[in-house]
Amino acid sequence: MAITSRISLLSGYADLLLVVVAAWSLQKRAQTSIHWAIFAGFLVGWTSAMPWVVPVVGYVITALFARALVRRIWQTPLLGMFVVVFIGTLITHFLSILVLRFMGSALAFADALSVVTLPSLFINLSLALFAFPILRDLAVWVYDIEDEDA
Amino acid sequence: MKDNFSGSLQSTIIFLIVGGILALAFGGYFSTASNQVSRSLVGVQTWVSDRFLTIRDILSAPSDVVYLQNQNAQLEAEISGLQTQVIQLQQQLKDTEVLAALVDFSQSNPESIYKAASVIGRDPSPFLHYVIINVGSNDGIRRGMPVVTNQGLVGRIDAVIADASRVQLITDPGSAVNVRLQSADTDALLVGSVTGDLGLEMISQDVTVQEGDVVLTSGLGGDYPSDLLVGQLLNLRKRDYELFQQASVQSTVDFSRLEIVLVIMNFKPVDVTPLLPDETP
Repeated sequence: MAITSRISLLSGYADLLLVVVAAWSLQKRAQTSIHWAIFAGFLVGWTSAMPWVVPVVGYVITALFARALVRRIWQTPLLGMFVVVFIGTLITHFLSILVLRFMGSALAFADALSVVTLPSLFINLSLALFAFPILRDLAVWVYDIEDEDA
Repeated sequence: MKDNFSGSLQSTIIFLIVGGILALAFGGYFSTASNQVSRSLVGVQTWVSDRFLTIRDILSAPSDVVYLQNQNAQLEAEISGLQTQVIQLQQQLKDTEVLAALVDFSQSNPESIYKAASVIGRDPSPFLHYVIINVGSNDGIRRGMPVVTNQGLVGRIDAVIADASRVQLITDPGSAVNVRLQSADTDALLVGSVTGDLGLEMISQDVTVQEGDVVLTSGLGGDYPSDLLVGQLLNLRKRDYELFQQASVQSTVDFSRLEIVLVIMNFKPVDVTPLLPDETP
């Protein structure tokens, strides 16, 4: 996380934990994905100055969305991964902007969207391409199942 | 007597034959035959020597290969160790240069007590500009202490745990620092942004400021000590219909390369909130 979070484009950064949570939640047998989402959210909330509620809620919504999606578009899992990462990043960033503005930070929504959210989306979607096969292999190894059932 | 005579004759004949042979040899008459013989002998000697050396190599080769393999492994390990040492020394040299600059800075500003700290992390949120340093309450760090480098103001301590602290950089969108323009001798407000750029607000319209003016902390508000270097003024924007002038500021600190910072230990921030008048509804 320390390294990948420093992958930057303009003012956007990669959110590796969100990508991992999304990829793990898209594995059919990964029933504990919500727990991992909560754990990842607390981990980010502990190190960040952002209120811990933001990453926890953002990651849990991402995981829930992925679980809802996993059985619907199982034939194109990579497309599902992109959709989940896209929506998850947007939700997390939207929550962040909302909470920071509520806390009194002079955050311009248009600036935040153009120089932070859009570049972050691009990096996260690029990471998703590599994260999904790795997490799928991990699920095959952890649950000792056939590749097709992962 | 006859026996003595025949013995002497034999000796004489042998002497004459040997002498004759020697005389012929010294005269060079035997050189062709001598060369043939010596060439044959050298050929035989070479053949025997080659076979002997080959056999000796075959017999002693396994132990040599093992020895060479061991020596090769040792040398490779030594090279690897030396390369690691070179990288460590280069890093140490870099750290030493940074520390030397910080020591120079602290010596030139003896009124403050400094605590050096390494930057060990950054805020994972892209909307916030915070760094985490490796000193905390166990080292006497308290919330609100200013953080600087030899290049200028970095930020202030935002949160503290036992062995680490979180520093809010002046580039954070939530940061606001009261500053003074040195040449114009006027106060202004330095604010951060989500992009990490620094903006200068609340510059009075009556004041003449120029690009390149040095920006220092003013000390107003009690959050920072006065006269800490912040940066230089860039891109002034003056509009007649606005109440204040605005400008962007080029910080003297490279926030993307923060590695070692100094915490000013003997500055206690003043909370002026109770002194502020209540806002009327």
